[in-house]
Amino acid sequence: MQIATRVGATKGKDVMTEVKKEGVGTPGAKFDKRPTPKLDELEGGPWPSFVTGLKRLRDSEDKPYAEYMNDLLGQLEHSYENRLGYWKGGTVSVFGYGGGIIPRFSEVGDKFPKSKEFHTLRVMPPAGYHYDTKTLRQMCDIWERHGSGLIAFHGQSGDIMFQGTTTDGCQKAFDELNEIGFDLGGAGPALRTSMSCVGHARCEMSMYDEPRAHRTILNDNVSEIHRPALPYKFKFKFSGCANDCVNAIHRADFAVIGTWRDDIKINQDEVRAYVEQQGRKYVIDHVVAMCPTRAVSLNDDNTLEIDNKSCVRCMHCINVMHKALAPGDDRGISVLIGGKRALKIGDLMGTMIVPFMKLETDEDYDKLREFARNCIDFFAENALEHERIGETLDRIGLPAFLSALGIDPDPNMVKHPRTSCYVRTDDFTDEAEKYFARKGLKKDGSAAEAAE
Amino acid sequence: MSQGAATQAPPKKRTPIESGVPDPKKFMHPVMVKNYGQWAYHERPRPGVLRHVAKSGDEIYTVRAGTQRQMDVYTIRRLCDIADNVGDGFVRFTTRSNIEYLTSSFEKVPALIKALNDAGFPVGGTGNSVSMISHTQGWLHCDIPGTDASGVVKSLMDMLHKEFITEDMPNRVRITTSCCQINCGGQGDIAINVQYTKPPKINHDIVANVCERPAVVARCPVAAIRPAMVNGKPSLEVDEKKCVCCGACYPPCPPMQINGADSTKIAIWVGGKHSNARSRPTFHKLAVANLPNNPPRWPEVEEIVRKILYAYKAGAKDWERMGEWIERIGWPRFFDETGLAFTKHHLDTWTGARHTMNMSAHVRF
Repeated sequence: MQIATRVGATKGKDVMTEVKKEGVGTPGAKFDKRPTPKLDELEGGPWPSFVTGLKRLRDSEDKPYAEYMNDLLGQLEHSYENRLGYWKGGTVSVFGYGGGIIPRFSEVGDKFPKSKEFHTLRVMPPAGYHYDTKTLRQMCDIWERHGSGLIAFHGQSGDIMFQGTTTDGCQKAFDELNEIGFDLGGAGPALRTSMSCVGHARCEMSMYDEPRAHRTILNDNVSEIHRPALPYKFKFKFSGCANDCVNAIHRADFAVIGTWRDDIKINQDEVRAYVEQQGRKYVIDHVVAMCPTRAVSLNDDNTLEIDNKSCVRCMHCINVMHKALAPGDDRGISVLIGGKRALKIGDLMGTMIVPFMKLETDEDYDKLREFARNCIDFFAENALEHERIGETLDRIGLPAFLSALGIDPDPNMVKHPRTSCYVRTDDFTDEAEKYFARKGLKKDGSAAEAAE
Repeated sequence: MSQGAATQAPPKKRTPIESGVPDPKKFMHPVMVKNYGQWAYHERPRPGVLRHVAKSGDEIYTVRAGTQRQMDVYTIRRLCDIADNVGDGFVRFTTRSNIEYLTSSFEKVPALIKALNDAGFPVGGTGNSVSMISHTQGWLHCDIPGTDASGVVKSLMDMLHKEFITEDMPNRVRITTSCCQINCGGQGDIAINVQYTKPPKINHDIVANVCERPAVVARCPVAAIRPAMVNGKPSLEVDEKKCVCCGACYPPCPPMQINGADSTKIAIWVGGKHSNARSRPTFHKLAVANLPNNPPRWPEVEEIVRKILYAYKAGAKDWERMGEWIERIGWPRFFDETGLAFTKHHLDTWTGARHTMNMSAHVRF
């Protein structure tokens, strides 16, 4: 509570005396500005310049970070001159946690001693990146007291990155950020900070409550975030539709994508209005012909016909004609597993594992929560060290993964069935019967047709 | 509970509150909270401005502006001042570090645009524009960077400014940068990534003290690293004929320096796509390698990006993303129209490479 009071009382003059005892340096310290001829060239041009921002921090002589940022600018200029980086990792954390801090120690600390420790706090943002100005200002005040004054919104993992503080500053800044409701994100072999799109907050394409799914899974597993104990990183990302604005399928081990099962909703008046505005040729070339499964057709009376059984829910026609077309009402999610970048076996997109799951009731969320937990457990128990779950899938094969998680095979999981004949199929008939049973058919599938 | 503990015994270390991901509704514009999950449609009145209409008839306007991502507290407070003085006090960030101002009154939109432009923040990044480049840390903070993403991005966004503030592209263009081959920046229509060109230079004196050698051996994707005694010290050696210069050994073992002032180069990749619209998501493909890593403005990179971007702009049909345009016109024409060379290095040699070859009689002339 003491700390929280201090946050709210930054206008009081007595705070200034307290500020002097903290932070990454001494306010009012005298120093010679390090020359930055190369970085200076990044101050011109129409785009906002990060160099101008760094200099502004250096020139804040009444702040503890001025001299710190002078040396930071010096080291960065040194990198620009020599075309090499000079930071090394290490081990820094806050009390009670094992991860969440990215430690940086300078390799050229003798030349630039003030900024020789330049650690980053990864802090989890509100799902969907929403802020009010009061919160942003509180963050600035805290980081001005205990850090460099430099904050990135956001890192590629989805964290707010409070960049640049000492080992001591990490704990102080975290304590204050934690008191205003923020928590550290993941780093190292751990559950990582997640991302969700703007979704339900503002988007008509949003097929489920992304922040709820995001918070349900992440907050259920906070210990996995804060105490790295997994074989390697594990990431969840949440996109409200197949436009996948948070790049979940490629960038997440567990991607949740909104979709729907019933028909696309068509407002034929809006279709006619769009055709009148754009012309038939434009609509045929850019909507009909661009449908990946040839499921869209423009009628002679300028209405649209959609073969919903062939539609793959790619979003293209809805994106282009978003006043005329809308996703159906029977909404839910797909889950794709195993996306990652190159290291070590090559790029992998996530693979469709759950083609459809409702996500409306508390029971639906419990099901998702349980599935997510099962995936993390499977990963923890079966992945090799430094192996992502996508690589585990490649190593053991999809059937083994499905069987471990109790998931039935589904033709939506493949682009096409296997082409290799090297497989043992002596239980094929049993498996086929299970498939027909799942489809609600009797015996071998043809029996149901006979019953009609 | 833990707050109380902190107050009573200051010397005792404070126990963290494991609050996890904050509830966004606490920070969300009231109109967005009220119409949560109940939106009907949207329009774009002009580049950088969105108008979302809820089923209730309520409206929310979004004004989107570019930022430098790595922001000093003065910049953030200035952005807050704009939200407080001209907007409704609520903002959000996009995945590409653009800031969005939310307001329920259309009357505030022109003032927000003016205030942002006056303060040097370009308004745009919506619809079929070139949005902000998603980027990584670089020399400012990363422990393994080959370049400085912030500088590359600043240089490119200066050039692309006019494409950010207009919506004149065939479809949205997503550019990424990455300071090493781990590629934290992700897939992009155009991806500007560090490409190492030489095997690591090993400081044998410190390998044994700094590196967990078996872990480093295991990290190599081509099994080119093996334990060795060098000058009487346990170290590691690299079979340079096998080495693909990926840099994977460098993060777990910093004495295996992969970067060199001249050997660290930039490669440009094209046709990556995350969205499922029309085609499935795709990985980006190599366009050109061996560009110099040339701070502070990377002019050679800028020139190639310009060539590729404007060839796409001139040639693509509406709604074709970069990769879809190339798929239609074919790779021979892509290399012709961009003036880039097709080399043996464009032929994939990794696992599954045959699936990237043209196993058909389809040929373009």
